Amino acid sequence: MREITYRQALNEALAEELERDPDVFLMGEEVAEYQGAYKVSHGLLQRFGPTRVIDTPISENGFAGLGVGAAMVGLRPIIEFMTFSFSLVAFDQVVNNAPNMFTMSGGQFNIAVTFRGPNGPAHQLGATHSHATENFYASVPGLKVCTPATPRDAKGLLKTAVRDDNPVLVLEAELLYSSKGMVEPPDEELLIPLGKADVKREGSDVSVICYAQTVPLALKVASQLEEEDISAEIVDLRSIKPLDEKAIFDSVAKTHRVVIVEQDHPFCGVGAEVCYRIQKNIFDALDAPIIRVSQEDVPMPYNERLEHAVLPNAEKLIAAVKQVCYA
Amino acid sequence: MTAMQPGEQRDEVEMLSLMLLIRRFEERASQQYQAQKIGGFCHLYIGQEAVVTGAVAAVRDDDYIITAYRDHAHALARSTSANACMAELFGKATGCSRGLGGSMHFFDRNNHMYGGHAIVAAHVPLAVGMAFAIKYRGEDRVTLCFFGDGAINQGAFHEALNLAALYKLPIVFICENNLFAMGTSVKRSTSLKQIVDRAEGYDIPGEIVDGMNFREVRDKIAEIVDSIRKESHPAFLEVRTYRYRGHSMSDPASYRTKEELEKYRLDDPITRLRAQLTREGKLTNEQFDLLDKRAKETVLAAVKFAEKSPQLPIEKLFDYTYVDGAVAAGVSPAKSGESAAGTAAISEERR
Ligand SMILES: Cc1ncc(C[n+]2csc(CCOP(=O)(O)OP(=O)(O)O)c2C)c(N)n1
Ligand SMILES: [Mg+2]
Repeated sequence: MREITYRQALNEALAEELERDPDVFLMGEEVAEYQGAYKVSHGLLQRFGPTRVIDTPISENGFAGLGVGAAMVGLRPIIEFMTFSFSLVAFDQVVNNAPNMFTMSGGQFNIAVTFRGPNGPAHQLGATHSHATENFYASVPGLKVCTPATPRDAKGLLKTAVRDDNPVLVLEAELLYSSKGMVEPPDEELLIPLGKADVKREGSDVSVICYAQTVPLALKVASQLEEEDISAEIVDLRSIKPLDEKAIFDSVAKTHRVVIVEQDHPFCGVGAEVCYRIQKNIFDALDAPIIRVSQEDVPMPYNERLEHAVLPNAEKLIAAVKQVCYA
Repeated sequence: MTAMQPGEQRDEVEMLSLMLLIRRFEERASQQYQAQKIGGFCHLYIGQEAVVTGAVAAVRDDDYIITAYRDHAHALARSTSANACMAELFGKATGCSRGLGGSMHFFDRNNHMYGGHAIVAAHVPLAVGMAFAIKYRGEDRVTLCFFGDGAINQGAFHEALNLAALYKLPIVFICENNLFAMGTSVKRSTSLKQIVDRAEGYDIPGEIVDGMNFREVRDKIAEIVDSIRKESHPAFLEVRTYRYRGHSMSDPASYRTKEELEKYRLDDPITRLRAQLTREGKLTNEQFDLLDKRAKETVLAAVKFAEKSPQLPIEKLFDYTYVDGAVAAGVSPAKSGESAAGTAAISEERR
């Protein structure tokens, strides 16, 4: 194991998959000559050439559709959205074409496309540039959605996504690109299955269910809570769809108390789904109502203080944990 | 600026002074960004001043203007105060979007500046909608829709042009071709030899002008707008210009050469208009220096204003999601009670 950044981990995953399979190509805005808007594709043009690493005009609807079409005839495109906020202009391709094709063709055409890029609010980018899209996309049958929070998960999930025969969205966390973590050396194949959550920290008093940018938040809060003798178990979903129900239920059966901290909105958010499944399946294990901490139900303000007030943050999470623990 | 009558020409010295204000504003914004007083993305307009200045000089104050995220200049050109613009960058409640929009989302309804839009080309259909409303109401206004060379490859752009042509709407599509969309040159993004040819595909008349030349931009747009006011139709203008700075504050712009940048700097729009006016005996060096000094002072005062302005209080967070405030947002009664009061205050202010 060695320590690398989340960005490097994604870069390695891309390089390894491009190397392994000639049907894989990477396409998107500024991915080649500029080396990636967030430098995730750094060096890939030099290594794989312009037929495999391809710059596009600002035409998301066009190149997302191109990816779906190329997949219909057997290629395995990796389509980068500069951010998932811009995937919204390609919504039809991602939501209507990619996931429906297999069903509509009676199983003749599977779409082995990977859509990837940063997702979720970054810092003061305003309403148009701060979308957390996981709940939109996870609600669509036929799509798989994962949300890595560590370099290791980023590498392992992206590689798995590229090899999956269905359309998979890898929603990367922009604010975590420079964060570091231990990852297996490049000569060791690292594949992390979709639909497998990961307990990032064991605990006994409360299960804090999180994903993507809320994972480091939850871990930070867990250390703080420890000082107050509250032992929090941090369950990183890693995949939103498929959802690892077993890991969730196992944790809840142990702690009996749940807080879900999500980076999307409260109304029809990911947490609502998780919540429903918990109460449906292990209602008797619960000692307190589940609380969700999410963004506030408003378009993202630019002002820094208001943005902070909108986002899930440590104060809100601590308050929620204390509430479910009656502490 | 006072309301202009059709055919009236704006004073060129005043327009030069507007360009100076824009330039000095952007330089200060850059400095304040580095000092971390401004957050998020910030795209500077330095080098392109003659485009929007030429455009506003050619139209009436009640004509509609809409643009992309490189929008500070468009607001300033529409007489949004430097104070309100700087305060927006600082995220303050006194900003032109109350600190909720930020650099990329400037709006000023009173001055007919309809944004500030950060999704590439997403505002082009909006511009068409505004032009539709003009025709629908039988008015003689026009809509000026600004966008970059990168926007012409979005589906929204194409659909919008077709609609405008189909319904013969009073709109000028103004492509500010600064040769790059982020790090991608027009050559690498667009299959056409020249951008203006996009218009031909929709049977919209198109022309090219030198965007470093204020007079050329103004005269061409004045001519087009004149024709539109006589009989409603869309038009397309490719304005050749250049941004001196990187795409945004974080872009080192290593995809272009120093020589290329220098070539355009020599053709600076402010220097050019200044030289024209000086040659014609309409401006002395002392007068120019005074204009520049005033621009700098205005901008400095704007920084002070922004610094001491209040932020929108957190209790007002829910007041701008729905017109009827927090009640519609379905937040807890306690919260909506507080916010409803806030909403009332704002609507009072709007009256
Ligand atoms: C739909 C969409 N895709 C990508 C982006 C990211 N982006 C912001 S500006 C930009 C370049 C636009 O260039 P251009 O239209 O030429 O305008 P300029 O920056 O030169 O003023 C890109 C790719 C975006 N904002 N919206
Ligand atoms: Mg451009």
